[in-house]
Amino acid sequence: MGDMIRASGLVKRYKDVEALAGLDLTVPEGKVLALLGPNGAGKTTAVKCLTTLIKPDAGTAEIAGVDVLKEPALVRSKMGLSGQYAAVDEHLTGYENLVMIGRLYHLGKARSQQRARELLERFDLTEAADRPSKGYSGGMRRRLDLAGALVAEPPVLVLDEPTTGLDVRSRQGMWEVIRELVSSGATLLLTTQYLEEADKLADDIVVIDHGQAIAQGTADELKARTGGERIEVVLADVEDREAATRVLAEVSDGEVKVSDNGRELTAAVRGTATGELLRVLQGFERETVTVLDVGLRRPTLDDVFLALTGHAAESDENESDEKEMAK
Amino acid sequence: MSSAVQALSDGWVVAQRNLVKIKRVPDILVFVLISPIMFVLLFAYVFGGAIDVPGDVDYKEFLVPGIFAQTVVFGATFTGYGLADDMQKGIIDRFRSLPMSRSAVLVGRTTSDVVYNVISLVIMALTGLLVGWRIREGLFDALLGFLLLLVFAYAISWIMAYVGLLVPSVEVVNNASFIVIMPLTFVSNAFVPQEQFSGVLKTFVEWNPVSTVALACRERFGNIDPKIAVPDSWAMQNPEVYTLLWVVAIVAVFAPLSVRQYRLSTSK
Repeated sequence: MGDMIRASGLVKRYKDVEALAGLDLTVPEGKVLALLGPNGAGKTTAVKCLTTLIKPDAGTAEIAGVDVLKEPALVRSKMGLSGQYAAVDEHLTGYENLVMIGRLYHLGKARSQQRARELLERFDLTEAADRPSKGYSGGMRRRLDLAGALVAEPPVLVLDEPTTGLDVRSRQGMWEVIRELVSSGATLLLTTQYLEEADKLADDIVVIDHGQAIAQGTADELKARTGGERIEVVLADVEDREAATRVLAEVSDGEVKVSDNGRELTAAVRGTATGELLRVLQGFERETVTVLDVGLRRPTLDDVFLALTGHAAESDENESDEKEMAK
Repeated sequence: MSSAVQALSDGWVVAQRNLVKIKRVPDILVFVLISPIMFVLLFAYVFGGAIDVPGDVDYKEFLVPGIFAQTVVFGATFTGYGLADDMQKGIIDRFRSLPMSRSAVLVGRTTSDVVYNVISLVIMALTGLLVGWRIREGLFDALLGFLLLLVFAYAISWIMAYVGLLVPSVEVVNNASFIVIMPLTFVSNAFVPQEQFSGVLKTFVEWNPVSTVALACRERFGNIDPKIAVPDSWAMQNPEVYTLLWVVAIVAVFAPLSVRQYRLSTSK
């Protein structure tokens, strides 16, 4: 079993910005790798380099054993790409879109038509098959786009932020579809901004920031590095802040974060989350701290980022940059 | 499959995709056709009286082949428009990620625009017949005239393809092509006989390929008085050969340029 996707030392510069600063990746056959990072981290640039859409300034990459730089045409026949902005023709129907893609993969007319019908059925688009895709919902367009990536049953799939911008229900639908793909043995590279998504779908996660991999591991490993689950407390009275911080510090292995208004406190817990939560509540009772809300939550991408880089994900600031660069 | 065959077969798939758009959004065609029809009416009934045509030919007969030439040149902007539109949309990333010929998107676009031009020529011919234009030579000659128009339009399409790839948006295509197309079609014999120009303009008119297309069509359709003197320029004496030379030259220069530009914008 070899590696189906391999990249080493990928560098891509746009004027003064280094979108990729020496990125390394490997995805073994049949595995799912999630490339996790905020907007502007270089995820889309990495995808474009791997899928022959842009040429990296330095570094090498292979898809299914084929050199991306030397034989881009052959690489294109071995992978399917589903992008961030659903790449479907809005005037064509769902069926016509898929048949066109099949014919451009050189499957022949009959086979293309057959694949189109199979995929529409599988992605629950049969009813909408003969309507122009212009009228599809966001979730339907993404499913159609993903179906497009699967037309030629390529051994490698690259999905660039498949659920960004989808509502919760469509997102869960996409997750189901992707999980099914994985169980059928495809090798998959997936980019996402959501730890939860990486967690649900990937075998392995690479966290990327400023064009470089800053951490790699399973979701559990990454979460362990960020200090596991969080206890969040909202105080009824700001005066209780110090007492509450003391109680939280007993169960936490890191700092207790206090919000700007001084009423919301967050601490990463060391031991079993529920046990520690009980201890915290007992502590509050003892110290007569009144709270409006207490809860446990899992680490978010922001927590992972904060722990790994010491800075927050700054997603909003960089968003426009990457879009600009992706052009 | 050899690369040329692949470019053609992939190009045909892309062309079919482009043609579906005419079916789904027919309004596009309506707007493309309104302006040449307007030109026919304007020139036939407003300016026509002020323009003198040499020999024994009605101005309307002289005008319609000129409008044909103008229509196909204007129609070529559609190539640039369509490509710029594709480049702005996600669909182009899909095409680029597929193992298809790198020139297929361009071949497909220029091919589907031939169909556009056929449709607009049919409508223009019907309009022409309504205002009094007639085909006075044989049907075969007339078909050759239309064929020359289509071949010429195909060449201009490749120029516009290049423009469409160079500029950043659909809106710019309109303005950029306007600057070239207006002088090219108006400083020609499309609306005004070349005898009425003088000096540098006259030389420009006589060597302008739009003039030779219009002249060749007038000859093929029989919309010109054979007794009038042939202008003293090689281009005007051999309008068909001269036009075809332009066609070959334009495609030879702009097809490779456009393909190169397509690849460049691919590997940005």
